[in-house]
Amino acid sequence: MSSTDSVPGGRRPARPPRRLTRNMTAKVASIPMVLTALVIFVGCTVWSIVYSFTKTRSIPKLEFVGFDQYERLWSTNRWLVSIENLAIYGLCSMVFSLVIGFVLAALLDQKIRFENTFRTILLYPFALSFIVTGLVWQWILNPNFGIQKVVQDLGFENFAFNPLSNADTVIYGVLIAGLWQGTGLIMVLMLAGLRGIDGEVWKASRVDGIPAWKTYIFIVIPMMKPVFITTLVIIASGIIKVYDLVVAQTSGGPGIASEVPAKYVYDFMFGRRNLGQALAGSTMMLVTVLIVLIPWAYLEFGSKKRG
Amino acid sequence: MADQTSVSIRNLDLSFGAVEVLKDLNLDIGAGEFLVLLGSSGCGKSTLLNCIAGLLEINAGQIHINGRNVTWEEPSARGIGMVFQSYALYPQMTVRGNLSFGLRNARVPKAEIARRVKEAAEILQIEPLLDRKPAALSGGQRQRVAIGRALVRHVDVFLFDEPLSNLDAKLRADLRVELKRLHDRLGNTMIYVTHDQIEAMTLADRIAIMRGGRIMQLASPGEIYNRPANRYVADFIGSPSMNFYEGHLTQDAQVFESGDFRVPLAAYPFDSAQPGGRPVTLGIRPEHVLTGPMAKTAPVAMGATVEMVEPMGSDTLVWARVAGLPLRLRMDGQAAVAPGDQLDIGLDLARAALFDAKTELRL
Repeated sequence: MSSTDSVPGGRRPARPPRRLTRNMTAKVASIPMVLTALVIFVGCTVWSIVYSFTKTRSIPKLEFVGFDQYERLWSTNRWLVSIENLAIYGLCSMVFSLVIGFVLAALLDQKIRFENTFRTILLYPFALSFIVTGLVWQWILNPNFGIQKVVQDLGFENFAFNPLSNADTVIYGVLIAGLWQGTGLIMVLMLAGLRGIDGEVWKASRVDGIPAWKTYIFIVIPMMKPVFITTLVIIASGIIKVYDLVVAQTSGGPGIASEVPAKYVYDFMFGRRNLGQALAGSTMMLVTVLIVLIPWAYLEFGSKKRG
Repeated sequence: MADQTSVSIRNLDLSFGAVEVLKDLNLDIGAGEFLVLLGSSGCGKSTLLNCIAGLLEINAGQIHINGRNVTWEEPSARGIGMVFQSYALYPQMTVRGNLSFGLRNARVPKAEIARRVKEAAEILQIEPLLDRKPAALSGGQRQRVAIGRALVRHVDVFLFDEPLSNLDAKLRADLRVELKRLHDRLGNTMIYVTHDQIEAMTLADRIAIMRGGRIMQLASPGEIYNRPANRYVADFIGSPSMNFYEGHLTQDAQVFESGDFRVPLAAYPFDSAQPGGRPVTLGIRPEHVLTGPMAKTAPVAMGATVEMVEPMGSDTLVWARVAGLPLRLRMDGQAAVAPGDQLDIGLDLARAALFDAKTELRL
């Protein structure tokens, strides 16, 4: 006979605390942040989406017009140029910052001398704001006193390197500045990933006679998959919100040749006082972000549940 | 076969910056020999192995493998296979991929690769695992795959860098036996680094005990256990370790004295005639302290007081005091002794060790 449940007239043991009141202090303490998240992130996002379907101008008005704002958006030349620029900038910046960042990290990982110095130098641009980067590169690429002038003064009279004043190449000028600023961070992330690889794997591949480049491509990079995924998300979010770099470097010019979506939204919201049009643009950007984020979340978190 | 040299190391020096790791090291390893490099961490044993493999560039000296000077060869060209402590498998490849990646890279014909992989998998009994990824294998299985990766290379010399250290005790014992069987079957030269003296004693044909980048003694396990060349080796091998007594030889070199503790040395096998009257250290292993009926007939008999008893099942470790000095001795597992008991003990001087106090070398 067990002694606990057979005491005559004994009280039943206390019920386990209800789920709601368990860890009460922690729950109360997190309420402000929960509210912030709900109201500002979720609430404002929903508000933006809802008002993108209205004919709101400077004062929010719930007068629904269906997809009119979107139709106008996608028939506006400036938006189309913006999207095209974003695609070029995004693709190139993704590819080049990954490749350059990884190569720099691999070079730094060769047990070189003064590694800390190189790392600091390469990461320094990241500490600058995009406004400064944009201005600096506007000067460097200026044909009258930048690279072109310097090389011409060296005697190469026909040398021309003037991407910012040509509508076809201006986005690549912006790209150079973006890469200069961003690859340092990518390099640091990649370097951390490389340092996480077991040194004995390198030894094993040397004993197997596998050349270093093959070891990187077939063994080390696949082992760094989590680092690559995180890095891709960081690059992608930087691409979507690129704005200040363009404002500082080209102001969207020449003409509208270097416009980007974030600048379109900003200009319509604060410059032209057309909130509905701006919100339609920002909703399209949100959709773009989700297209990037959902596969990432699936890769990063989905597989863990199965494994 | 055995008198043929497989790996030969001549005057090897290696330093990292100002730190000398290996100093003027010479070592000859016979073909088909199982040599264990044994030592505590930081003694240079893994470093030496990495030098043999070609993973570290040496500062001076030469390394010959199978009569060929490989001092400046790449690791893959030296005719070695290597197994690492962390297994170092390629995680995103299957077991088959791990075994064949090196061969495919060396453009070995496909049929030949398949044959070698099959052969290695048979020897190591990992055939059912060939299509799995390393993450789905246990530690013991992973280490088998790592051994297989060395096996498919069809090389003469296998290098093992603490291959069993990441495994739990039971698996370690199993794989140890398997390694010994593998060596018997293949007859390759094997160089094996470990800090575990059991692995060294059980596997080795010869053991090289290293300390501070030098080889302290290179001999068979029996020789190292019975006739340690110096005090460090005597202390390092054996568990529980040897009892040591600081004292001196009498003028006629016939008796060891340490206070009231006097041991006549008539039965001690001196290497050569020794001058008396100088400080020496006497070492005697706990298992070479005789008790019971054997104690009475031993040439050196004395009385000891038991202070503490550690029963370990198969044998009993007794902490005692003799002539005021501490003594550890090993008795039968079922010995009925208790603290405070008086014990008759004898010292098996034929298996004791006497070291010069200054040079720490065996007398």
